[in-house]
Amino acid sequence: MYAMEVSRLAKRFNGFTAVKGISFSVGKGELFGLLGPNGAGKSTTIYMLATLLEPSDGTANVNGFDIRAHPDQVRGSIGIVFQDPTVDTRLSAYDNLDIHGRLYGMDGKTRKQRIDEVLALVELTEWKDKMVKTFSGGMRRRLEIARGLMHTPKILFLDEPTLGLDPQTRRHIWSYISKLKSQGITIILTTHYLEEADYLCDRIAIIDHGEIKVLDTPKNLKGIIGGNIISIESREPQKLADVVTRMGCCRKPRISEMTVSFEAKDGAKLVPKVMEAALKAKIDIESIEVHMPSLEDVFIHYTGTSIREEKAAPSGIMMGRRAHGY
Amino acid sequence: MDIELSKIYAVWLREVKRYTNSKSRMVSSLGMPLLFLVALGGGFSALVPGFNYQAFILPGILAMTVLFTSVFAGVSIIWDREFGFLKEMLAAPASRQTIVIGRTLGGATTAIIQGLIILVLGFAFTGTPVPPLANLVGILLLMIVMSSSLVAFGIALASVVQEVETFQLVQTLLVMPLIFLSNALFPMDKMPVWLQDVSRVNPISYSVDGLRTLMIGAGSFGLGTDFAVAFAGLVVMILAASYLFSKTSI
Repeated sequence: MYAMEVSRLAKRFNGFTAVKGISFSVGKGELFGLLGPNGAGKSTTIYMLATLLEPSDGTANVNGFDIRAHPDQVRGSIGIVFQDPTVDTRLSAYDNLDIHGRLYGMDGKTRKQRIDEVLALVELTEWKDKMVKTFSGGMRRRLEIARGLMHTPKILFLDEPTLGLDPQTRRHIWSYISKLKSQGITIILTTHYLEEADYLCDRIAIIDHGEIKVLDTPKNLKGIIGGNIISIESREPQKLADVVTRMGCCRKPRISEMTVSFEAKDGAKLVPKVMEAALKAKIDIESIEVHMPSLEDVFIHYTGTSIREEKAAPSGIMMGRRAHGY
Repeated sequence: MDIELSKIYAVWLREVKRYTNSKSRMVSSLGMPLLFLVALGGGFSALVPGFNYQAFILPGILAMTVLFTSVFAGVSIIWDREFGFLKEMLAAPASRQTIVIGRTLGGATTAIIQGLIILVLGFAFTGTPVPPLANLVGILLLMIVMSSSLVAFGIALASVVQEVETFQLVQTLLVMPLIFLSNALFPMDKMPVWLQDVSRVNPISYSVDGLRTLMIGAGSFGLGTDFAVAFAGLVVMILAASYLFSKTSI
């Protein structure tokens, strides 16, 4: 039994195709990750699944309800934590949750009980009656997560839950997410942080330019490359890449600044041969590193670019403006 | 239906809580109307002997307070869009209609509270005799209709324009002219002809006229017309707000 089945879901905005007919299923209780750079179509996908955007094509079944035919039932059964802050800074934490509960048709007794539960979960109980404008960015994000859980949704969507947070707060949020997963809630998470996807997700779909490039468990994804990654630092990376290509022993050398990286079946044994070839071609080598494939390497393998090369999200500016409250 | 009502209540509650949580905004938005009433009203009363200008503009100032507060309550959807809260509302299992009605009632509530404060201060400052209860009820009813339609007007506007910068424009190009090009501050029969014509097509004039009739018995259109125009405005604005807001997306 699936919590969600997506079939050929597509979204076009005036000629630009943001999501190109993607299909996937998410099992009940699964933590499913959509990993991709900014602008890959992750948020658009989430918005369609949460019935905030109408798909141009295709559909999805969420908690047994079709997103096109029964958007209201879908909304009632899911929780969503947006990438950008959406809590009301001029209300207290309690009021934010209380009004949310009312909007989702919860009765008074259930609301009170849930407010205590979700605030305890994100460790904001002491801040219950404080205005949200006095909260730090991390606290606001925690409150958003609490609010997303307030009406006990069966599926929780987390759109870049740790974007713009410091590493310590990020770890904190990860531990809440792990806690939720152990309670059996299905979670759909989008992220462009590889370590986040690797650490949290049961399965990951790598999404780029609106398409799912590959979908598997983090372990299997890393296994796909089957072997090692060799990274060589040199002052003449282009020349070195040509030499490696001519050797014909490996695939796709990739140049990033002064480093040439490529996948190899048995990296350690290849190192002396590469050294020899480089010596012959009179190329100086600064360093050589052989490592096991990371999710980053998998990402490069499927998309041809590093996710880290993407520009940082502009939401930092927004956060700054929002920090003043309004 | 019960559940939908409680969702309307939720949206209403949020508006009212935001209002009561910001005392400074409450006080500062009373400043301008009071300044008009005391300074402008006092000054002109001294200029024209035998004419209690302060009593004359009290209904106009009341309308001005309700107009400012209502339109801004409606237009503040622009800020909700900018600061994200609109997404929370749109993602909830509540219809757009529910959101429009809840916000309209919420904004109207805050506008009526502001209006009542001005009314009480106004009676005290200007020495205008407090009218009988029936008139007071009429004044309240007119304020409810007027503020609801103006909040809805703000929502409709915010659904179309969507940029925060527009907010300033609304103030200078829309809200102020609506007051100055009406009978709120000047007697209709003393106006130049062009201003009379403009005032006559400005729906605000009819609410001001109604308030003036009920407060000091000096209206010119007749209460029936005043209320008819106010109610017609309400229907048109609610329909416009519902339609335009249902078209907006995140």
